[in-house]
Amino acid sequence: MINTRRNFVNKLMLGLFSVATFVALVPLFALLGYVIKNGITSLNLDFFTKLPAVMGMSGGGMANAIAGTLILIAIASIIGIPIGILVAIYLTEYDRYSWLSTTVRFTTDVLTGIPSIIIGIVVSMAIVAKTKHFSAFAGGVSLAVIMIPLVIRSTEEMLKLVPHAIREAGYALGISQRRIILNIVLPTAAKGIITGAMLAVARVSGETAPLLFTALGNQYWTHSLFKDPIASLPVQIYTYATSPYDEWHRQAWAGSLVLIAIILCLNLIARFAFRSRSN
Amino acid sequence: MGQSLSIRQLEAWYGTNQTLKGINMEIAANQVTAIIGPSGCGKSTFVRCINRMHETLPGSKVKGEIILNGESIYGQDPVSLRKTVGMVFQKPNPFPSMTIFENVVAGVKLNGMRNRQNLQTIAEKSLRMAALWDEVKDRLNYSGMSLSGGQQQRLCIARALAVEPSVLLMDEPASALDPIATMRIEELVGQLKSEYTIVIVTHNMQQAARIADTTAFFLNGELVEHGPTSEIFTNPRDKRTEDYITGRFG
Ligand SMILES: Nc1ncnc2c1ncn2[C@@H]1O[C@H](COP(=O)(O)OP(=O)(O)OP(=O)(O)O)[C@@H](O)[C@H]1O
Ligand SMILES: [Mg+2]
Repeated sequence: MINTRRNFVNKLMLGLFSVATFVALVPLFALLGYVIKNGITSLNLDFFTKLPAVMGMSGGGMANAIAGTLILIAIASIIGIPIGILVAIYLTEYDRYSWLSTTVRFTTDVLTGIPSIIIGIVVSMAIVAKTKHFSAFAGGVSLAVIMIPLVIRSTEEMLKLVPHAIREAGYALGISQRRIILNIVLPTAAKGIITGAMLAVARVSGETAPLLFTALGNQYWTHSLFKDPIASLPVQIYTYATSPYDEWHRQAWAGSLVLIAIILCLNLIARFAFRSRSN
Repeated sequence: MGQSLSIRQLEAWYGTNQTLKGINMEIAANQVTAIIGPSGCGKSTFVRCINRMHETLPGSKVKGEIILNGESIYGQDPVSLRKTVGMVFQKPNPFPSMTIFENVVAGVKLNGMRNRQNLQTIAEKSLRMAALWDEVKDRLNYSGMSLSGGQQQRLCIARALAVEPSVLLMDEPASALDPIATMRIEELVGQLKSEYTIVIVTHNMQQAARIADTTAFFLNGELVEHGPTSEIFTNPRDKRTEDYITGRFG
């Protein structure tokens, strides 16, 4: 009697979990399928090698936007990843318990939740208004600002996973703290830190709002990272998707597909490339 | 060569909790000194004071004096002191990101020695002293984690020896090991004392009786009795030592 009841409850719960999983996965696969179906037909060599065609004309590509997105990601990573990792090292290795660290952690959490459009506006006022130029630099900085708290948090978690016994073993050998951090703690946590950083990169590579105020967008190649606006896939997609031209709509789909592919690649690299490095 | 230690009025705290209450103790050079006593009596804290690891914990405090070969350890830089006073921990803790070879030479290498030839010589010598060479000589490039628990512990001993300390502190180095591995460590301690002063914490009284020249009995943060091992075990002066040794408490 009790057993049948338990079995019934068990089955019921299992059913509910399955349904929930299904409900969560349907939109994901629907979205992927839809983007692929619409994007693939407009993908061709021109798309990767040509500049956008003149407004409303057919042909052309998004070469500048693809390159722009990669450049913006690179700038954001060069700025954001080292800062994030350094702050995390400070928080775990040098000053884990002070009020300053607690404050930084709290601020980091708050920063993670701030809408990216606000970050874009602030960076725009700080850099674009000062330099009088939309630029790849300003766009990269705004993406970096979004990345930093993510990198701090993931790196911190990874450093915390390194057992204290490992650090003590280093101290007991008369090794300086700097060397313990650089040569013992960081290598031990390296895989996790890199994975976290890659996920942060993947997370910002699709950001659109902050780029609207900082990198702006560009139908041509960019000649200066500090003085010219620069094209990016998300902004290009936004511009094309809201235009009245069918050709541009098709290209927006293709751009979406490429963007998703880039993000997927970053995720896959994060998951697999650094998974095993034993012996 | 080993160096002698002289501990005077040593007191230690974790926050407001006083763990050592005025320890006075002489530790002779090139001898094995065993520290015994019930769990929580302060044995680990005591050895961690000798290489100044205790102070690294937030909220901890130390008072008193420890003289190493005539010199106060508190007048020295703790980082260089730890090259003279090595330590082996209860649980084997090889560096996970390093190979067996890199583990052994970590101390010397991260302190600046780069010469590959020298490092190789040091690695072989230390591994031989730790009685591990024959088992690992063909796989020095494997991860340190690929060894068994007993081998890992001997790796950690080799790693400590590579820095050429004068004093070796061992905090229950065999408690996580099986009887055979334990025996090997005990043999090793016997061989090492010609070169090192060894302080070994142990819960195993047979072990203390087998390997130690002198034994110190700790209770509630105090040193109850310290004397030649044979005397402590056959003819203790203090009633509490006798009770502990005969298994009446602890
Ligand atoms: N990190 C710490 N923070 C606070 N109190 C501690 C800490 N480590 C040890 N203590 C306390 O200090 C006292 C002595 O601890 P210690 O580790 O020196 O004992 P022990 O003799 O080595 O015991 P065992 O045989 O179990 O290893 C204990 O009461 C313990 O609770
Ligand atoms: Mg202990």
